Amino acid sequence: MKAEESIKLDLMKKFAIAEDKIRVTRARRLFVELAHADFEKVFVYAKDTLKFGHLVSITGFDEADKLAFMYHMAHDNGVVLNLRFSVSKESPVIHSMTKYFPGADIYERELVDLFGAKVEGLAEGNRYPLTDEWPRNEHPLLKDWKPADKKERAA
Amino acid sequence: MHESHKFKIPIGPQHPALKEPESFSVALKGEKILGVEIRLGYNHRGIEKACEERTYIQDIYLAERICGICSHSHSSCFIQCVEELAGLEVPKRGLFIRTLIGELERVHSHFLWLGVAGHEVGFDTLLMYTWRDRELVMDLLAGLTGNRVNYGMNTIGGVRRDVTKEQLRKIKETVDVLEERTMYYIKIATSEPTLINRLSGVGVLSREDTLSLDAVGPTARASGVSRDVRRDDPYAAYAELNFYVITDDHCDVYGRTIVRVKELLESFKIIREIVAKIPEGPIAVKAPRRIPAGEALSRYEAPRGEDMHYVKSNGSDKPERVKVRAPTLANVQAVKHMLKDRYLADLPIVIAAIDPCFSCTDRMVRLDRMDKGQSDVINWKQLHDYSLGWHREHGVDFSSLNERLKKAL
Repeated sequence: MKAEESIKLDLMKKFAIAEDKIRVTRARRLFVELAHADFEKVFVYAKDTLKFGHLVSITGFDEADKLAFMYHMAHDNGVVLNLRFSVSKESPVIHSMTKYFPGADIYERELVDLFGAKVEGLAEGNRYPLTDEWPRNEHPLLKDWKPADKKERAA
Repeated sequence: MHESHKFKIPIGPQHPALKEPESFSVALKGEKILGVEIRLGYNHRGIEKACEERTYIQDIYLAERICGICSHSHSSCFIQCVEELAGLEVPKRGLFIRTLIGELERVHSHFLWLGVAGHEVGFDTLLMYTWRDRELVMDLLAGLTGNRVNYGMNTIGGVRRDVTKEQLRKIKETVDVLEERTMYYIKIATSEPTLINRLSGVGVLSREDTLSLDAVGPTARASGVSRDVRRDDPYAAYAELNFYVITDDHCDVYGRTIVRVKELLESFKIIREIVAKIPEGPIAVKAPRRIPAGEALSRYEAPRGEDMHYVKSNGSDKPERVKVRAPTLANVQAVKHMLKDRYLADLPIVIAAIDPCFSCTDRMVRLDRMDKGQSDVINWKQLHDYSLGWHREHGVDFSSLNERLKKAL
């Protein structure tokens, strides 16, 4: 059996994840949709047991009334496991993964600036990537955010 | 030491020791670095947002402009996502040409780095030699693509320009010359005591720290971490090509130098194999304007390490979401560890050793004659001759040195 298929079966069995929530899109690519409550235990299992030892990055999504986050984890055999969960926009609180991957720091700061995520456990530090003067309540990757000149034109 | 001898100095965002804008706040005790805070984001241009508002074809050119040096890396990484979503099978010849340009890009990038590294440690002769050699690659790229950087070779479904037999022959000849010169740099790097002593033990990053901080590319491979997307998660034509992943256990700037110069030899090997094996046939397939809904993640081994693009499509001609993680973002976090307890004088070479990237520019000059209302364009050959002529007139002539060097090699 191919690596990605055996990982799929393992995750389905271990965490009772429905089959349609794990998609193998091509060789070496898995996309998994999780409940927020289950995310951290699957993340830790993937890192420690399945040996996905490289956090490639974290991607944020604006999906109407929700914010979603996808953690891209890579194995040395080339398989990339993409774990995704969503939270409500009213309370976009997620936990920092820096205790497992210190390198997650900069990716989580990006979620704070560009999507307005609140990351619990993220150490104090400089903003990234927006400037210090950028308004704290403006998050450019939200779908309804428009650059200033476009807003003026629309007005 | 008295407490008052501890102080913080800001380096950047604009500073002579840095090649691009980033800011380091360095806590010092005397000459020793106690800690470093890094502030990034000065180059943030909102490209991910801009991609959502443009078509896939327009986004190729945006992706290409994320980085001036790894331009082909970013456009290839983006396009691989789109081709996967559209279910396109790129013709083999197209994949070989894409790989060829990618390896030539790695060669010019590594030569550029070797020169910068030489400059940062006061070895400017190395800078002059390697940047002279880099011009041979830039000339090849300009001949193949029409431009020195931002080649515009990629399109969804393949590449935009074919290569001729004559061009392939020239590539092979140039690679032969560059290989000889690289052997000379390897000899210098492994036998020149000043260089070895200046780089050894500087910017140390242990294997454990490399793994926990998710460093990538030559930075990781110089700390004994054998990761290379070309081998681990093959794309383009790499599954059909033979090469070694170079690693080193020095875990310092010296190790990073060794890895890059040896990687040059592997790139030459790959380029020769492409020239020998490139199949005949079409270079691209027709791509649809609207891309079916879905999501794809692609990785690419850029000269600085693993590049990642993620694209989510919604069935229209514009993507729903584009995410980019360039290798320098993964590596810059390791710089803090490399600098701790080191001396301030090591800072420039330690930062340079992760090879943070900056743009180089087109060389075409356009002169607008205000009096006659006409434009003169100086081409590359004229500019090159003008430059040599100007230096000769001012007493700088390398002709005899070049002759001697040719004989020595």
